[in-house]
Amino acid sequence: MEEYEIIIGLEVHVELLTDSKMFCGCSTKFGAPPNSHICPVCAGFPGVLPVINRKAVELALKTATAFNCKISPFSRFARKHYFYPDLPKNYQISQYEEPLAIEGVLLVDNRNIRIRRIHLEEDAGKLIHPEDSRSFSLVDLNRSGVPLIEIVTEPDVRSASEAEKFLAILKRILEYLEVSDCNMEEGSLRCDANISVRRYGDTNFGVKTEIKNMNSFRAVRKALEYEARRQIACLKEGRTLRQETRLWNENLQITEEMRRKEEAQDYRYFPEPDLPPLIFDNKIIEEINLKVGELPFQRKGRFIKEYNLSDYDAEVLTSKKDIADYFESCVEKGGKPKIVANWIMGDLTALLKAKKKDIGHSPVSPEYLVQIISMIEDGKITGVVAKMVLQECFNTGISPEKIVSERDLLQIEDGETINNIVEETITENADAVQDYKNGKEQALSFLIGQIMRKTKGKANPAVVRNKLQEYLNKKR
Amino acid sequence: MEKNNLIKKEDVEYLANLARISLTEDEKEDLVKELGKIIEYVSQLSKVETKVTTGDISITNVFREDKVKNSTNTEEMISGAPDKEDNFFKVPRII
Ligand SMILES: [Zn+2]
Repeated sequence: MEEYEIIIGLEVHVELLTDSKMFCGCSTKFGAPPNSHICPVCAGFPGVLPVINRKAVELALKTATAFNCKISPFSRFARKHYFYPDLPKNYQISQYEEPLAIEGVLLVDNRNIRIRRIHLEEDAGKLIHPEDSRSFSLVDLNRSGVPLIEIVTEPDVRSASEAEKFLAILKRILEYLEVSDCNMEEGSLRCDANISVRRYGDTNFGVKTEIKNMNSFRAVRKALEYEARRQIACLKEGRTLRQETRLWNENLQITEEMRRKEEAQDYRYFPEPDLPPLIFDNKIIEEINLKVGELPFQRKGRFIKEYNLSDYDAEVLTSKKDIADYFESCVEKGGKPKIVANWIMGDLTALLKAKKKDIGHSPVSPEYLVQIISMIEDGKITGVVAKMVLQECFNTGISPEKIVSERDLLQIEDGETINNIVEETITENADAVQDYKNGKEQALSFLIGQIMRKTKGKANPAVVRNKLQEYLNKKR
Repeated sequence: MEKNNLIKKEDVEYLANLARISLTEDEKEDLVKELGKIIEYVSQLSKVETKVTTGDISITNVFREDKVKNSTNTEEMISGAPDKEDNFFKVPRII
């Protein structure tokens, strides 16, 4: 097998994280009832006019920048014509001769994988083939017109596992920039591959096949491994390969020939007359560069070095650009990196998740989070109170310092006050005291809990523990 | 018989196939002539000296903001379809 070199090129389609579709205001939300997110524009009614979604273009430009592409000073949409029931206009608005960006490169384990082009286009609808019917199919156009970017590599990938790695890196970048959620199950990331093999030393490419229908990164690797073996076996037997499209069969773990079309595809591309071209000058490109900034891998490495974070913490904090920005803003304002990281990854993330908000729109600003952290460090509030304050601040947007002063939440450290409460608690919980004396250590935690409840979490837990133990041992 | 060879019968058949229309032999003959004339007429344009090669670019970068608007009512949207079922468009099976 080693005498053959494997040549792979990838074609990745990614659905962009916009709220509305590429050319109309219909929602892109996944899983809506059939045909509930459609209008005359995305359903291809005659006489309608598409208008380009600004955010979709911005996300595509960010991607192009992250993949080191040249952004075309002039680009334009084109109509790609074909007949299929999921394509209501009988043409797809795509880009052809003048794509948004060209000639990029992505580093995969110290090897450069060149990006041939990145272009914008619209998604097609979805066809459903009812099990019980051989005679008809059903069409849902909710996905029709959802913005996509297509990323095409040069045939630079040299193994199935390298293809898998390329996709993992691509996914990490697109998630970090919040270009796409890259959810393969929901079809927001789809990958096709071209693969051929040749003897080492040959300069010409062998006959390639196109592989489709791979529904996970693992499936991409498995399909390409299988296909390389199949092609090599074929050549070794002296047979010739046919240029064709093959489908990955997940159940059988093989690629199968797709029914061939009688004629070559003729898409009759021409410039989309309903959409003015896109022109990007250096100023716009510079702005995008600034917005993209450092990529997740570099940033993660820097977080580990600069802030002394664990690999895990740095990975989570650089999963999205907004999270990383929020973290660094907290550190800039004086928060200790590890403590800030814990608050972000723990309580804050939980609150954001529950309210379905992203950190960029968090009511608890970096400044407020740092206020809370400083108040704990200065002994003004307990950890228990801090959690309450965070929640209150999250719900109301009121500053933590104000919440603490207005609601009288300052920590109780005063020995005499705590003494009184301890005494009171012991009198009220004679059973627990007896349990403790009989050697039940848990009784101590129970009593501490009672005291914290009485003081609404404000008592300094260390002082409480000391006083309580002192008291109980004295009485023993 | 064909005065010009800008369009041949095979071209007409190829185009008809792409457009999913069927033509009688007479119609093909007619179209060979008519399309030939149109091509000949349009080809005069290539003799005109011009700097602009890719159409009007006086308007560029026209965008809308990424705001969701109410979609059209599903029933209304599928009311004009030749066939429907539940809230789907219904088409002849293709695979
Ligand atoms: Zn629409």
